[in-house]
Amino acid sequence: MIPLSWYMALAAILFSIGVYGFLTRRNIIIMFLSAELMLNGVNLNLVAMSYYLESMRGQVFTFFIITVAAAEAAIGLGIAICLYRNRRTVYVDEVNQLKG
Amino acid sequence: MNAITWATFEPLLPEMLLVCTGLVLIGLDLFAEKTREVLPWLTVLGCVTVLGMVLGERNVSAFGGMFLTDSYGVFFKVISLLSVIMATLMGEHYRRVHGLRHGEYYALMVFAATGMLIMASAGDLMVLYLGLELMALSVYCLVGMNKREAVSAEAAIKYFLMGVFASAIMLFGMSLVYGLTGSTSIAEIARFTARTGLAENPALLAALGLMIAAFCFKVAVAPFHFWTPDVYEGAPTMVTAFMSVGPKAAGFAVFGRVLVSGFPELQPHWGSLLAILALLTMAVGNITALVQTSIKRMLAYSAIAHAGYSLLGVLAGTADGLSATMSYLLIYGFMNMGAFAILVLLSSRGAHHESLDDYRGLAKNHPLAAVLMLIFMFSLTGIPPTAGFIGKFYLLRAALGAGYTGTVIGAVIFSAISAYFYLRVVRNMYMSEPEGELDFSYSPGISAVLGLALLGVVGLGLLPGTIIGRAASALLGQ
Repeated sequence: MIPLSWYMALAAILFSIGVYGFLTRRNIIIMFLSAELMLNGVNLNLVAMSYYLESMRGQVFTFFIITVAAAEAAIGLGIAICLYRNRRTVYVDEVNQLKG
Repeated sequence: MNAITWATFEPLLPEMLLVCTGLVLIGLDLFAEKTREVLPWLTVLGCVTVLGMVLGERNVSAFGGMFLTDSYGVFFKVISLLSVIMATLMGEHYRRVHGLRHGEYYALMVFAATGMLIMASAGDLMVLYLGLELMALSVYCLVGMNKREAVSAEAAIKYFLMGVFASAIMLFGMSLVYGLTGSTSIAEIARFTARTGLAENPALLAALGLMIAAFCFKVAVAPFHFWTPDVYEGAPTMVTAFMSVGPKAAGFAVFGRVLVSGFPELQPHWGSLLAILALLTMAVGNITALVQTSIKRMLAYSAIAHAGYSLLGVLAGTADGLSATMSYLLIYGFMNMGAFAILVLLSSRGAHHESLDDYRGLAKNHPLAAVLMLIFMFSLTGIPPTAGFIGKFYLLRAALGAGYTGTVIGAVIFSAISAYFYLRVVRNMYMSEPEGELDFSYSPGISAVLGLALLGVVGLGLLPGTIIGRAASALLGQ
């Protein structure tokens, strides 16, 4: 049997890769994908803990997170398309009309 | 196993009615174009009905403690619904002036209100997350509503990316808390921590830190405030007004609920952390606001500063402190909505009139608008007898009572600094000559908002006992 700490380490690594990607990449789509990777780290954590704690709450939580992430993706890509139509770019460095 | 009966769903009735209102609004907007004129009034009607139902709610713990209709939640629900009502009325004016034809504005507003109501009632981390996302997803769309304006899309994408990032961080914290305590129920987490002496566990502290960071993102507390000025400036003005009141109040509702009910054992840790963050937030908000030339952006920084003041009550971790934060958020809602309503009033088609220079000599040509702006600015500064003074007074007293003397001294100093940029608006209105002619008229919607805000600011300033008493009894009665 695989110990819980392995799952948690994998989840933490996934989450950290997501954070790193979000902070270093400048393409909005890739940044959003990195955030999704962070969410998947969370999901793995919850499912593994749910199994070891023998409680269903973690798995139910995971289902909710997956559902919300789908809605989030729809809205995020919609906003990205709206931005592209206005500016012809999806790079956050070039999106800089608002500052001060 | 309990049978599922109608009574199970009864505590959820206000939220269900709001969702139905939102669906009706979408349907009418799609299939009955002639009814578009009445959409804002229908929204207000729905929200006022729900407000009545919320005020009559009994203290119930529904769905096994996942959904609590205690008076703490009810108080925040009232703030959220008031902000939606006022923002809808502003939207009615905006539609007349700018020819906005978006029926989904009202529906999204109502869905955001549903999310805030769920957040205020959440007794479980899952419910809290779902309410938060329902609110946040609606507000992302509202910020980007002016599809043809590049700044609106820019504000929306910035807010979206920051919001998703903050949510992911909060969820990681929640997953760790679940693993450590074996539950997602806020009350159960507190019981487990007290029973097993988990309070000094470094993993639990890290998880709490992640959750606090994410909440700070949501309520715009420094150093997680970088999205705020850009998003507030780029969003349509009534959406900015709404965001600075409703979602912020809902954010503080979960902030208070999670910290005070979920982690009371860890108060020494999060209390001193929040004291530093509050001081930093007040410094950043007030000092950066000094150099702004746009009133909208200045109010964005002022919103950051006021988040700092509101934290003063939460960090005390006492019933006294929480009730001070609650009444402050209500008072702040009235005065901030009033100030933004003046901004909406002065904007005309094609020109937003948001710079400080546009307000030169306003008192000469439009004395009524100038007097109202004067009252709201005085209240934001915290000058008696306006409500802003009372709110700040109770906050400072609560923080002082909990022993955070240094933070209170800082708050008073920064509050004095804030007088410079608020009163600069007043000076421009009363002591300068008018430069150009501003042409605007009072629509029923904007008059109602201004009346409501004025009533709140003056009424709560002169009769503070009622509201503070209500907030205090909300906490003691639970």
